[in-house]
Amino acid sequence: MKNTAKIIPCYSADTSGVCSALYELSGLTVVHDASGCNSTYSTHDEPRWYDMRSNIYISALTEIDAVMGNDEKFISDVSAAAFDRKPEFIAICGSPMPMMTGFDYDNAANEIQSRTGIATFPVYTNGTRSYIDGAADSFVNVLKLFTKPLEKVKNRVNITGLTPLDLPLGSDRLIRKWLAENDLECVCTLAMGSTLEDVKKMSSASATVVMSYSGLAAAEYLYKEYAIPYVCGVPVGDFSDILIKAVKKAAETGECIRSPFERNEDRGTVIIGESIMSLSIASAIGGADIISPLPCDEDMLGINDSTVYSEEDIEAVLGEKKPSVVVADPLYKYIIPESTRLVEIPHFAFSGRCFQKNMKDMITTGLGEYFK
Amino acid sequence: MSIQKRSRPRSVLIKDADVNALFESGLEYNPPARGMWNIVHTGMLIPGAHQIFACAQGCLRGVILTAAEMFALDRMSWISVSEEDMFDGTLESDIIDGVCDILNKLGKRPPVVLLYLSCIHLFAGCDFDVIIDELDSRFPDISFVDCYMTPTMRQTVTPVMKMSAQLYGALKPCPINKKKIGIVGNDRPTDPDSELIRIIKDNGYEICDITNCDTYEEYLSLSEAFMNISYIPTGVLAGDELERRFGAAHLHLAARYDADALKDNYKRLCDTISVNVPVQLIADYALKADKALDNAHEVIGDTPVAVDYTAVTRPFEFSRLLCEHGFNVKYIVADSAAGEEESFEWLRSNRPDIGIYSAVNVNMLDIADETHEHILAVGQKAAYYFGTDNFVNIVVNGGYYGFEGIAKIAALMIDAYTTPKDRREVLKLKGLGCASCL
Repeated sequence: MKNTAKIIPCYSADTSGVCSALYELSGLTVVHDASGCNSTYSTHDEPRWYDMRSNIYISALTEIDAVMGNDEKFISDVSAAAFDRKPEFIAICGSPMPMMTGFDYDNAANEIQSRTGIATFPVYTNGTRSYIDGAADSFVNVLKLFTKPLEKVKNRVNITGLTPLDLPLGSDRLIRKWLAENDLECVCTLAMGSTLEDVKKMSSASATVVMSYSGLAAAEYLYKEYAIPYVCGVPVGDFSDILIKAVKKAAETGECIRSPFERNEDRGTVIIGESIMSLSIASAIGGADIISPLPCDEDMLGINDSTVYSEEDIEAVLGEKKPSVVVADPLYKYIIPESTRLVEIPHFAFSGRCFQKNMKDMITTGLGEYFK
Repeated sequence: MSIQKRSRPRSVLIKDADVNALFESGLEYNPPARGMWNIVHTGMLIPGAHQIFACAQGCLRGVILTAAEMFALDRMSWISVSEEDMFDGTLESDIIDGVCDILNKLGKRPPVVLLYLSCIHLFAGCDFDVIIDELDSRFPDISFVDCYMTPTMRQTVTPVMKMSAQLYGALKPCPINKKKIGIVGNDRPTDPDSELIRIIKDNGYEICDITNCDTYEEYLSLSEAFMNISYIPTGVLAGDELERRFGAAHLHLAARYDADALKDNYKRLCDTISVNVPVQLIADYALKADKALDNAHEVIGDTPVAVDYTAVTRPFEFSRLLCEHGFNVKYIVADSAAGEEESFEWLRSNRPDIGIYSAVNVNMLDIADETHEHILAVGQKAAYYFGTDNFVNIVVNGGYYGFEGIAKIAALMIDAYTTPKDRREVLKLKGLGCASCL
């Protein structure tokens, strides 16, 4: 069946994507839910929780408020918290229960904004989709609210789609370093290691690098609104050089390069994971087929790649391809064919904290550490 | 309406607090102290049980990774529920088909399957009985137990309380053993040194407890008990349900930190099993507790103490006990004093400047970053919030009970005072006492 799994985990949900995307931007993010979303997010989906404070809260929805449709409780609680916490903006999203009760996010956001005077936006989550959706919508909302036209500055670059769900903490520093070594200046790493003030300057960049599919919609917004071209890719291993050339070319020509990936035909290796990271790794190692169990742009994928979501389908694709090597999160080990070598690259959005201590820096040291 | 009047403070002095409403409800913060058990940890207590969760991805994530962190992914499967599933009339059949699919692929036949539905199923009017009946007929060799991940309903029956009861759902009627007493509703064994255990055993009774079961057969034998004792608040429903199903008397002997209440518990126990109250034995244990507390106070002195509700089920009563022995209790982390009104009033009269801190208030976000005096904490949340490595690392009384339990916790306070812990490393571990890959 397509909606069951006998053993492998599921990916982080849309609500976690919202919280992760907005974590460092000085807002107040509220998940409309009874309980569980908050501890799941702060325990399994947010490695910054212990060390860095962020106004991420849950509404603590109760049975009686859900049955009676007491939306006023939510609105007044968010407004009160905003008074105490003084955020730069307010984001509201929700879990399956508000979906069941038909909670009106637009009206709630309008009412909160009118009471608090603080810009408030809804992100239409319901806990049934992946973190990619929640993060993507959040990034776009922030850009819509806080960017204004600025004069372009040559050699300035934006990063989008950067959250610890997809790349290890500290990646922002390494990306800045990588850009600087290539005579490029980073405007904003949306949204790890940057502030809301950095976001406001994003319209001054001459190119955007999309580090995960959750950042593509934001990059498209910047292209549409400010004519900033974008390039998709993560600077891993030897692919870094290809990517930097593509970034410079995009900045020069003003044209987007959605798929700078260069892969040879290689039917022996399969990569399972987030599409842009997987394609980047595939380019770095010379070639591999991709299995994307997350939302992605199928135009970026090749004919030998697959977008499948269920445990059963992933197993079936692996059974058909019979790869000698699979590159994936360690918790895919349960469904990898016995004779296949698993190169373990922990993905926080899949295995959470389980392998956090094994996460290695791919941007500066390449992929050799993982492929040993 | 102006929001200027709606600030919600994170703490209140006990002298100013309303015992029936310590804090106004509002948005909630989740501190990074992970020792409390959740319904996954509890379900794993049944030897060989397989858990299947049917819920949305957001709800699945936490339970699956709970299992992953405790090396138990092979005992956990799931059925994801999409938006369409809620409205296309296939709610029950999707779950039945999903469970069948999982069981057919498992490669093993678990003796019991705990099937968890979520809030949205209950709101959608999902017929759980139909699901269980159908699964029973398709897999007669497996016991299916209806379980609930329904935090929205937490103000009627909490998920933890319901799970504690459903944990015994696979038990079948069997001949009653008049010399067997069950302890139910706990997630950890009761300290064998406690006078509760001593009284039971000294009178020739055998104790059974799911926390000590290594095999499914041992689990099934729990229904032999002629009487079940519960002592933590979330265990009451389990005892009541077992009484209803098997006729085993349920005796709730609440975990207390009050000498008279404990003595009353032992009298009720002895009356129920028709034995004399071992007055001298209880007096000896009571004296031991007093000495242990005095000894701890001698070491800890006037060091401020913070007590949180996750460490002890009666934080106000425990704080009163400490104050009566000279401790400088300055902070209590709790959002409710329900059932502890008497201790609350005593503290209000005798220690009016104790600060009560909400465990979940949004303004608790900053407190861990503030500078605090050196504090001894009892409980993980107090340790986190007040930034101390000197803390007693227990949840839900730590399995300690009675006067012996008080003495043991007093000893733990000395240990905590003299030997700091790595707070960050300790607090990150989910389900205190469970295996962890972290």
